[in-house]
Amino acid sequence: MLEVVADRLIPPLDAHPGGAALGAADYVDRLLGAFTFDPPLIFAGGPFSGRAGGDASFGQFLALSRHEELAWRTRIEGSAGLPEREFNGPTRGWQQIYRHGVAALGADFLDVESDEQDRRLHDTPEIRTLFYTHACEAAYGAPEYGGNPDGAGWVAIQFPGDSQPRGYTDDEVRGRA
Amino acid sequence: MPDPSRDCDALIIGTGPAGATAADVLTGAGWSVIMLEKGRNHLLALDEPFAPLGHVSNDEIKFFRRHFLGPDPFLEPRTYRRDEADGDHLFAGEVNNLPSTVGGGGFHADGKLPRFRAVDFKARSELGPIEGSDIVDWPVDYDEMEPYYAHAENLVGVAGLAGANPFAEWRSGGYPMPPGADMYGSVLTTEAAQRLGYNPYPAPTGVNSVPYDGRPACNNCGFCGFFGCPIDAKGDPVAPLRNALRTGRCEIRPESFVERVLLDPAGHAARSVRYRDIDGNAHELTARVVIVACGAWETPRLLLRSEIANSSGLVGRYLMYHFQTYVIGSFPFRLHGHRGRSVTHLHDDHLIVDDESRAYAKDHGLPYFRAGIVEHGGGGHPIIEGMYSEPGLTHTRRMLESPMRDRLWAFTVQGEDLPQVTNRVDLDPRVRDVHGLPVGRATYDVHAHEVVASRFYAPKLAEIMREAGAQTTMSITSPRLEADRAARVGASISRHIMGTCRMGDDPRRSVVDRWQRFHDVENMLCTDSSVFPTSTGYGPTLTIVALAIRACRELAGLAPLRSERPTTASPAAGTDNRP
Repeated sequence: MLEVVADRLIPPLDAHPGGAALGAADYVDRLLGAFTFDPPLIFAGGPFSGRAGGDASFGQFLALSRHEELAWRTRIEGSAGLPEREFNGPTRGWQQIYRHGVAALGADFLDVESDEQDRRLHDTPEIRTLFYTHACEAAYGAPEYGGNPDGAGWVAIQFPGDSQPRGYTDDEVRGRA
Repeated sequence: MPDPSRDCDALIIGTGPAGATAADVLTGAGWSVIMLEKGRNHLLALDEPFAPLGHVSNDEIKFFRRHFLGPDPFLEPRTYRRDEADGDHLFAGEVNNLPSTVGGGGFHADGKLPRFRAVDFKARSELGPIEGSDIVDWPVDYDEMEPYYAHAENLVGVAGLAGANPFAEWRSGGYPMPPGADMYGSVLTTEAAQRLGYNPYPAPTGVNSVPYDGRPACNNCGFCGFFGCPIDAKGDPVAPLRNALRTGRCEIRPESFVERVLLDPAGHAARSVRYRDIDGNAHELTARVVIVACGAWETPRLLLRSEIANSSGLVGRYLMYHFQTYVIGSFPFRLHGHRGRSVTHLHDDHLIVDDESRAYAKDHGLPYFRAGIVEHGGGGHPIIEGMYSEPGLTHTRRMLESPMRDRLWAFTVQGEDLPQVTNRVDLDPRVRDVHGLPVGRATYDVHAHEVVASRFYAPKLAEIMREAGAQTTMSITSPRLEADRAARVGASISRHIMGTCRMGDDPRRSVVDRWQRFHDVENMLCTDSSVFPTSTGYGPTLTIVALAIRACRELAGLAPLRSERPTTASPAAGTDNRP
């Protein structure tokens, strides 16, 4: 389901794969399930990914502080009536927004024409906005977060991705090519 | 001098450029300091040899989407309103956030570090008042500041080219490093600006162009502004923090949130600081001196909740940003702004009051106006680029063509914002942070000065952009400058925040004195940009560092720095000023 939606939000065109092939659904899975991993999949490690030299360390996610865990659990799970998450009132979690959003798109969403799919998405702005944001993060963010497989999103838009520790020569910075 | 009855000689609240510089100067003078930082430490190991931690990376998700450097707006929201007619606030969330982490605002800045000019310290005397604002002279002048600027440039490591900016003030020596590589788009816009009679120059930048101070040269990775440096090539504030740590007299305590500064019973001196660690445990520390260096938003928030230092009623008032007019050009070819240091050139022409701008000002009811430095820069990152577009085929088409990233070049004006007593940071009556304390609230609306200045200069910048080869241009300003109040909604996105504890000689009209000591609290100083009486049109950081050196040398009883004005018209360029 999310894969079909991803291709409506980021449709494939020419050399640019669609949101589905760029891993938008996998990205959301990893984000909503971030706390089933230890450390949670929120902040990738550093300093280098290995794609431009150096040892690969993005995959070693960083531990969260107590407050960071509170913030990210609240975003993902919602405040769930817990006082420590509701010091400024309740928060709807992304898990809930996705669950309700997918239901609101209709059980027959996969069977209807693409124009109708777009219309239904337009009528459910909460999930459309949230999933579009996450699809952009998936398509053009570091692959360690679960999207952008093998940097396919970067290749499509002629963006080289992370460049450390190689960086660019002074001539590459100054020159037109 | 060590006093065994106290925990340290100086407590420094905040580890950004303002606090780091204070720590460097005071530990250098033999003082012991403890630095309290509310954010996490991602900058450097706190044990010898104080190496980078390896947390910094070329990762747009981590730095742009997930608040890695803090403050997380869920944990530490801020609020905004235009004026009291808006009620408690219009918005709660992210407002002018600077990193909340060891290193503070210096961590994410791309390190453009210009000096002010002489007129910036004396705007009231030399340019005059403007109705509806409180323009004042600073209690220091450029000649006194020059040696501190020179020291600051050497401390941080600034790459630049002396003599390249015809409007620049005199210098006692050159920059410690030559400029780094020019970005391609900036070559186009600087050549165009020159053809039209403007005077662009290589931006003084606190990023190594050659190995300096034990740190490597920048390799142009392109993840500069709003990221941190993965290879330790950026000097501010790593260099002063490392200096301080190396003395063995500096301790940094991250994730230590200061709740309150407490005064002694007589109420004229700071006795202690109360803070909570990450587990919520309360601690109290005593010191001879307290340095407040939390930035011009968090400093007044701390003072207001501590209920100190405010006999003038001016703590939090005269909040100033820079108005940021962006003039964006879209080019028919790719500019690869993802290579290099975000911005490599500036021009000062739009800070200079001339006959043409005076005539325009007069037509619009002002005696004069000034904008600010114009940054020539590019870059942008693809997730943000995607989010700017609408979903659907429009998205994919635009990502393939990249009009808003790879074919885009931008001028960013850091325009002067006049000091208005009604613009302020105070405590929001309802919204709380994760510690249960009231968050800071900006009450802010623009002065006609900013509106008129932006309108005058934006078309000139668009003309330069077209001369450089842009097919189309657009202009947008933050904060919104619409004449219609209803359209003027939205907090400034500027990260240059100033003025909320203004410096001056009169305790009724200022919060700190000319040595940045609080008029009301004899052993407490502020070293951040809260003390700026006016905002000027230059990035604040080098002046924060230079002022902090000056104030802390005075505090520690060190001799004032002096410098000689060269007799020749233009100072020598090069590396002759290296320590």
